[in-house]
Amino acid sequence: MSSIFSLTMLAESIRIAVPYACAAIGGVWAERAGVIQIGLEGILLTGAFTAVSVTHATHSPTLGLVAAIGAGIALSLGHGQLTERARVHAVISGIALNLLALAATRMGLRALYDSASNSPGIEAYRFGPTGATGGAMLLRVLADPVFFCALAAVAATPFVLRNTRFGLRVRAAGENPVATASVGISVTRVRLSALAVSGAICALGGAHLAYDQQRFESGMSAGRGFIALAAVVVSGWRAGRAALACLAFGVLEALQITLQDEVRKTAVGDLIQTLPYVATLLVLALAPRRAGAPEGLGKHAAE
Amino acid sequence: MNDKRVRALLPIVLAIAGGILLFNLIAFAFGEAPASALRVAFEGTWGTPYGFGQVLFKATPLLFTGLAFEVALRAGLFNIGAEGQLALASLVGALVAANLPASLPMPIALPIVLAVAAAVGALVAFVPAILRARRGVHEIITAIMVNRIVDAILPWTFSTVLGSTSLRTADIAPGAALPRLDRVVPSFAGSAASFAFPLAVVIVFAAMSLLDRTRPGREIRWVGLRPEACRAEGIDVERRMLLAMLLSGALAALAVSSTALGYKGYYELGLGAGAGWSGIAVAMLGRGKAIGIVLAAIFLGTLEQAGLAVNARVPKEAMDVLEATLIVLVAVASRVASKRTGVVQAADPEPEPPRDNPAPTPASEEARS
Repeated sequence: MSSIFSLTMLAESIRIAVPYACAAIGGVWAERAGVIQIGLEGILLTGAFTAVSVTHATHSPTLGLVAAIGAGIALSLGHGQLTERARVHAVISGIALNLLALAATRMGLRALYDSASNSPGIEAYRFGPTGATGGAMLLRVLADPVFFCALAAVAATPFVLRNTRFGLRVRAAGENPVATASVGISVTRVRLSALAVSGAICALGGAHLAYDQQRFESGMSAGRGFIALAAVVVSGWRAGRAALACLAFGVLEALQITLQDEVRKTAVGDLIQTLPYVATLLVLALAPRRAGAPEGLGKHAAE
Repeated sequence: MNDKRVRALLPIVLAIAGGILLFNLIAFAFGEAPASALRVAFEGTWGTPYGFGQVLFKATPLLFTGLAFEVALRAGLFNIGAEGQLALASLVGALVAANLPASLPMPIALPIVLAVAAAVGALVAFVPAILRARRGVHEIITAIMVNRIVDAILPWTFSTVLGSTSLRTADIAPGAALPRLDRVVPSFAGSAASFAFPLAVVIVFAAMSLLDRTRPGREIRWVGLRPEACRAEGIDVERRMLLAMLLSGALAALAVSSTALGYKGYYELGLGAGAGWSGIAVAMLGRGKAIGIVLAAIFLGTLEQAGLAVNARVPKEAMDVLEATLIVLVAVASRVASKRTGVVQAADPEPEPPRDNPAPTPASEEARS
């Protein structure tokens, strides 16, 4: 039992929570600006693939990280162009984005590494002490530059949304696009800017996921983008709470990993893997109904 | 009338032309002369009777999943859970089919298996459906969660419940199997096209006409168009949403007829995977018409089979890239087309009454246009 309340557990929880939290913050940015974004999953996946393939080619995880962020911004802006300019339904665009990311990364695996399942291993960031103690693990997790970027994004998002002119405009575009446009603000431009931020932060999560595994695996985002979206909904579209929800999720998943070996021997067996998804369903079922959704979510300034 | 039909078809033609262009670009990127890759793709599909049989075989599950996505879309819902609905229904359906007595004749055995599969599919769809109808939770998040849960349940059922290591069920009873099409069209010999294809076409036309001509079917559509108006009219909106979603799950599950029943004769892990996702593209390309769904399914079946034909030169994953791009292309093209029509309407002398609140375009219409 002592293994449940330990530094190792804390380190694991934080490590697991980072991709969720990045995707959730990305979701907050997109949806607070009024753009439905179910393509977070695809951006996570693309971010992970770009980070690994660039790191593999250049041996520089920093370049990989930058490329991943660039890919995330590009995909997110593509979604924005489709929904805001071409007025394609955001759910359809998001579904297509997810399918495209899954197929394109698979094609990339075949093209670059001639593999159907995973890339070769890469050398990601190595900071902090070596060793298997809980303290060392925690320090390694906290000293990771990607974690630091993610933490900065989580901390800055509520502040920027609440206190800056840009944040105000983003919220205005999300709450009432018609009124926002009527005071001379380009809703489209504000939303695209917010989507760029969203894509960058979400792709950060993808890079973290890939660097953590030290390689890319086909479909490795494994529904995280959707769980993050659930965190956004449950948190009432507030960044801080969404990140906390993701941390709680990290704790749950770390617990699952710790208990896995015990449970595997029982009849439950591999069903323990469904714990994150069952938990998400339960939380969504029991949370209050659609509290705090931006009023203008999915609406446009002009038809 | 004729002009209208042309306008409805134009986006699809444009999207397919764009898709072929993209395929050539991808082939070129993999160092293939575009025209030669295209020729291989054609020869492997429509070029031979066997290839064409394979196209029909690949198209069959897409007919069911495309119809399934369309039914939910009519109610303004996005059923992206077809993947999980089909997988669990295939497993349970094949298990039931394997345990039927071998002497049971087809007119009894086949309906039993299909009914069981449809019921399981509806049950899997019930989770996102009830959460949406009662709790207002978006069905997309919940459907993905259910998909992933099913993904874990399947291997667990094989290993823990059935105690088998082969990750497949026993062979199904002969009465539950659908015969291959080469029984009546000998030149299809060797291809996996079965009587599931004509069955699927009949079900697509029957379901679409029921949706258009029966009261519950039309109510599903109204709910997708104007839920508030339906509520005012006394239509139970939540119940119609539930009905559409359960129907969608049941229809997706029927795709088992072409995989376990018409092809393998048993269910193994991963059989039929991907059909749920392709069904979305089928529904988008099909434009809400039965004939559209049939043609779209055959087109995407062609893509899938062509992917296998060119796999040695261009990875077959290129076809999935193409499919996702087609969803976007057809959505953009039809949006542009409907904008054109919008201009014509705006030029109408009848002025529109002023509104305080511009009504948002309903989900079911906007998604398609």
